[in-house]
Amino acid sequence: MNLGLSEDQLAIEEAFTRLFVRESPPAVVRAAEPLGFDRSLWDRLVDMGAPGMGVAAETGGDGATLSDLVVVAESVGHAIAPVPLIEHIVAARAHPVDDVVEGATIATISLRPARPDGTWRLVPAGAIADVVLGVDGDELVAVRSPAPGEAPRNHAAAPISDRSARVGERTVLGPAADFARALSEWKSLTAAALVGISVAALQLGRDYAMSRHQFGVPIGSFQAVQHGLADLPALIDGARLLTHKAAWSGDQPAPGICNVDDADITDFDCLAGMAFVFAAETATRSTDRSLHFHGGYGFSEEYDIQLYYRRARGWALVFDDPSRECLRLADGLFGPVAVGAA
Amino acid sequence: MDFSLSPQIEEYRRELKEIIARVITPEVVEEQHRSGTFNSDALNLALARGGYLERAVPGLGKGDPVELWLLFNELEKAGAPYDGISITMMIAGVVNAVGTDWQKERILPSLLSGEALVCMGYSEPDYGSDVASIVTRAERDGDEWVINGAKMWTTMAQAAKWLILLTRTDTEAPKHKGLTMFLFPMDTPGITVDPVPTMGTERTNATFYDNVRISDQWRLGEVNGGWKTMGVALSFERGVMGGTSQSVQMLREFRRWAEAEGLMADPLVRERLVRVAIDSEVAKLLTQRSAWTAATGGEAGLQGSMTKVFATEAYQKASRWTQEMAGAEGLLQFDEPDAAADGWVEYHARHAPVTTIYGGTSEINRNNIAERHLGLPKARR
Repeated sequence: MNLGLSEDQLAIEEAFTRLFVRESPPAVVRAAEPLGFDRSLWDRLVDMGAPGMGVAAETGGDGATLSDLVVVAESVGHAIAPVPLIEHIVAARAHPVDDVVEGATIATISLRPARPDGTWRLVPAGAIADVVLGVDGDELVAVRSPAPGEAPRNHAAAPISDRSARVGERTVLGPAADFARALSEWKSLTAAALVGISVAALQLGRDYAMSRHQFGVPIGSFQAVQHGLADLPALIDGARLLTHKAAWSGDQPAPGICNVDDADITDFDCLAGMAFVFAAETATRSTDRSLHFHGGYGFSEEYDIQLYYRRARGWALVFDDPSRECLRLADGLFGPVAVGAA
Repeated sequence: MDFSLSPQIEEYRRELKEIIARVITPEVVEEQHRSGTFNSDALNLALARGGYLERAVPGLGKGDPVELWLLFNELEKAGAPYDGISITMMIAGVVNAVGTDWQKERILPSLLSGEALVCMGYSEPDYGSDVASIVTRAERDGDEWVINGAKMWTTMAQAAKWLILLTRTDTEAPKHKGLTMFLFPMDTPGITVDPVPTMGTERTNATFYDNVRISDQWRLGEVNGGWKTMGVALSFERGVMGGTSQSVQMLREFRRWAEAEGLMADPLVRERLVRVAIDSEVAKLLTQRSAWTAATGGEAGLQGSMTKVFATEAYQKASRWTQEMAGAEGLLQFDEPDAAADGWVEYHARHAPVTTIYGGTSEINRNNIAERHLGLPKARR
């Protein structure tokens, strides 16, 4: 057991944090709205080799493990960086073609299967990616077609867009079931990003509570405010641990187990879903509390907490309602509903 | 991060499970709920024989905090009565940390052999969270002390051989600086134990001290240094010694019943049970992290505050949900026909409220987190 970060991971954390502090401050995040994409920031990531870092060395990548990648994803969330790094990393691992591994071409995944007419609806990074992976019928396919370059106006200012699973250069990668791995990787990395959002929201809320004075004292000296913030560190630490456990299980060569009766859960798909649900709730609650303690200013565009608040919801809901994810998890944790039981 | 346990620790856990499965029969659990004394001498002796008790004493160096965590985690998951030994092992750790050689020789062997328990006399009728204000007096008389006063929530006093008692020895000094701790035999003349029944079945006590005369040799730590001695104990208690995995047994029992009743197809049930399982996993990981922090030389006390608030509030929510999901059958108690999960649902709903109170209320822990973790100023209340 070792619940700390490795030296490599600490170096990764430092490198990405340094980059995002310099290249993705809130002014850059704001300037990237409404599309939610900053090309020059992406180019900096390409210079660093970030787009292909999770790809195996045999196929031109750096062979970073999922445990390394959740560290990267948390920094993305902390800076709410306007780049599709999480989607791209997952797509590149599943479909490591040269231009994608380099990052010259942006790739993404459709979290939901194509509709009967072949449309992947509201694909994350769908507005800016030229390669989309996803399920169409009983196949997992990669479709190469020009990105539309614009997104419908949305809550999180995210570059989401409908894409076609049929129009373009279409490659069949395998049966639809092969997508499960990519989806669990996306859930794990998104959970990490939501942890990053939560950490930043708590910092903003804490700092504001210390600088804002009412009744002659900092509002952070009022117990009601203190207790609202004091709930968050356990949620954040818990979400981070669960996310890292999911990544750890995803890095194991052998499949894990799912023994709820003995609280012994090491199965990757279960842990990834659990981390997604818990991190989504944690980010929702952290941004909610932090925005509230900002008072009216939290609601104004001028303050940064609203940027985090909207992304805390958008980055999770682009997949699904956490409650519906719970129902899917129930099949893994408790077994599916017996036919005819309902 | 690496979440795997070493082969030696896995083996330790496997042996523990075996002992628990052998000793904790349905009769033992039944006796616990019949008597209100959440302790099993048979279990304590079996654990001591295998060396598990001495390995579980914080700071003794026989085992490590990871073993300590697993011991209480396995006991709690099994629904085994562990309140007696969790207090006892914690206090054994305090004796080991601050006791004299004379005290260690007299007290520790009986604790480590599983033959004797310790009960704690900290809280008083008028002082709970504000425990530094307690008024039970210890006055010096030559080489002896004379103690007068009353304590509340002296759980396990009916079964314990030893008592650890927080007293006031200086009424002039600031409240934290006039306290002294003693640890001495419960059969010392002048002690009265009155039972206090609780809605959670577990018996606790009010204890009274009428000219209790003890030798200075039973003083644990410095005169007027009782607050420091108390801090040693609290740093253990809020760490890894039970209280963070109570939902696991509840979920297991509820699910067994819900399967039989055909409730497991209901999406309302499925969603909530998944949320309970997720919270349980998070509580487990937070506790595991405290054990790891302590094992690698870190300070886990503040993490313990966070873990306790999260785990106990999640358990309360889970116990409310399971009772609601069980409906009318969730109102029925042990041994009643048709009781949901043989009465466990109703029991947990009755037990859960105390968990956010004892061992440091959620509010005291939130104060801790706000001031010491978030660096916020001392609160205006």
